[in-house]
Amino acid sequence: MYQFVTGPLAWLAFGVFFIGLIVRTVLYIKGLNWKMDRVTYGVNTKYGVKGAFRSVISWILPFGTHGWRSHPVFTVITFVFHLSLLISAIFLPAHNYILKQKWGVSLITIPEAVGDIMAIAVMIAVVLFIIRRIALTEVRIITTAYDYLILLIAVAPFVTGFIAYHQFFDYELWVILHILSGELMLIAIPFTKLSHFVLFFLSRIQIGMDFGIKRGGMKNSGFVW
Amino acid sequence: MAEGKLCNRKPINTEEELKELMADRGGRKYYEEMESLDVDQDALWSSIRKTFLSRLKTWIEICARCGMCADSCFFYLANDKDPTQVPSYKIQSTLGEIVRKKGKVDNEFMRMTMDTAWSKCTCCNRCAIYCPFGIDMGVMFSYVRGLCFSQGFVPWEMKIGSGMHRVYRAQMDVTTEDWVDTVEFEEEGIEDEYPGMKIPVDKENADILYTLNAREAKHYPEDISEAAILFNLAGENWTVPSEGWEETSLTMFAGDWEGCKMQVENVYDAMDRLKPKRMVVTECGHAYRATILEGPYWAGLKSGKTPIESIHYVEWVAEVLRSGKLKIDPSKKIKEPVTLQDSCNYIRNGGLREVTREIMSYLAEDFREMTPCKDHNFCCGGGGGLNGIGRYHKQRNAGLKVKRDQILATGAKFVIAPCHNCWDAIRDMEGIYKIGIKWSFLKPLLLDMAIIPDHFKPEEE
Repeated sequence: MYQFVTGPLAWLAFGVFFIGLIVRTVLYIKGLNWKMDRVTYGVNTKYGVKGAFRSVISWILPFGTHGWRSHPVFTVITFVFHLSLLISAIFLPAHNYILKQKWGVSLITIPEAVGDIMAIAVMIAVVLFIIRRIALTEVRIITTAYDYLILLIAVAPFVTGFIAYHQFFDYELWVILHILSGELMLIAIPFTKLSHFVLFFLSRIQIGMDFGIKRGGMKNSGFVW
Repeated sequence: MAEGKLCNRKPINTEEELKELMADRGGRKYYEEMESLDVDQDALWSSIRKTFLSRLKTWIEICARCGMCADSCFFYLANDKDPTQVPSYKIQSTLGEIVRKKGKVDNEFMRMTMDTAWSKCTCCNRCAIYCPFGIDMGVMFSYVRGLCFSQGFVPWEMKIGSGMHRVYRAQMDVTTEDWVDTVEFEEEGIEDEYPGMKIPVDKENADILYTLNAREAKHYPEDISEAAILFNLAGENWTVPSEGWEETSLTMFAGDWEGCKMQVENVYDAMDRLKPKRMVVTECGHAYRATILEGPYWAGLKSGKTPIESIHYVEWVAEVLRSGKLKIDPSKKIKEPVTLQDSCNYIRNGGLREVTREIMSYLAEDFREMTPCKDHNFCCGGGGGLNGIGRYHKQRNAGLKVKRDQILATGAKFVIAPCHNCWDAIRDMEGIYKIGIKWSFLKPLLLDMAIIPDHFKPEEE
């Protein structure tokens, strides 16, 4: 079983993930239309690139925008969640050990204890996200079951990984559940709103080009996000 | 498929149709007919399939439902944080549903969508700058307005506005003759006061082609005189066109994209005909947005720009004050505290936050910024055509509270509003809330402060 989930199934999951994201990217860009979007992407490109850059950089920095600054608590939770999720998934020693075994490559790694803290951080963040969805009327009204499902898909690898790592229960079972949930997330990314993995950047680049080209970027020192 | 005599899916293209619709006072019969107007679901879905492309599709799909857009919306704030005013909720419960149901929506749903698109969103685009994904619900509501218009679910005044542009190429029934007569009349008026001042009509190869808002021609002709005097004082070689003088676009507010194209092409034709170096547009926000920013796209101009360079009135003012072509008497600078209303359409969406501040530095001794301001400023409360829709006056008046409180917080009792919609909204705000403020366009202020060169002064008798 372990061989299967770390072998063919892993190939499948990574394949769907990478190809899926490439397809999403290609479809997004192909679906841009200068006339319908009313942005001359290809004519005033210099301003567009500048606008896109500002738009992405401002928003990937914690407190880099008025929006982040006006929601400080949510901003901290959001950045802790995303950074912990990405860093622990990519740089965990155990993950790189498997990578080395299977494909003979490995990346730099973080100490195991840091990975452990990050897993806890992800779980706490998800609990806070759920509380926020229930407690705040402006979030509750737009929340659907789908949004909870997405949170569940995102947190499952961390819950199972945490249980397996600390060997609270049957290690063999929980490590397989951990791998399966990780693979489920990889497969879900291109097909669900987890596609913001790449669409966040594409969407931010698009709106950045819009403001950079048509909505004033040629007339001022750049939009202040 | 049932359609009304007045309320139907056909745009207005003749004077007779327009007069008939206007005769229905307040749109009573029109809205009555709307209740039994059938939705052409096939046409709706076919239109969505052609126009709902990756940008919009992605926005609807990836919205994380985080609610960060909530307090970016002045309607949400003005209505005691009513969750049904959250931008994400408003767009997902209208456009989102139409898309998910593949256009299979009924009459009641379309009327709800219309009410949402025109009375709960002014397309100010402020939510777009508070969404981490850059989801622009203003852009989407403008798109929704287009869908509603094509199905005949459009507020009465907007249908009339669209018809006006289609029939007269102006938002009001001002014909070419009316316009030229008005200009001649105004010219006589200013010549009495300032000998030798002219309003040149259809002059070729001028440095500036001046275009404006039909309201000025119809209701505020003094604005035309003021503009003329200021161009003359600055020594500009300028002209107004007899055709293609109207900048505004109620068609844009109505979602009548075909009408939008007709309107801006009329202005671009004037550019081709008269070959001026540049165009200057009056103190109007949406007119600038429509004709300068969006218009080239409606007209299919691949450069994304108007045929000749076009600037907003505030850019011209900053230019002539900076260069000294128009001189201000320093003793006449505004001494009392004064604040500035940033128009969404040319500040947030047009990048003119810096030149407007430059102007204030020349005119005001105690200039006070609103909070927030510039790119982040709140809509006046009357944008997107909302000022002019009787059906939604209650909602408009409630929305004005945010701007009212912003103005009061500055401590200034004087608001400079270089935009027709903002100017109207602030005037109505004073009428409703009586907070004791004054408001003004730039032109009358500049005229009061400008130094008049001797050659324009009347000869001593």
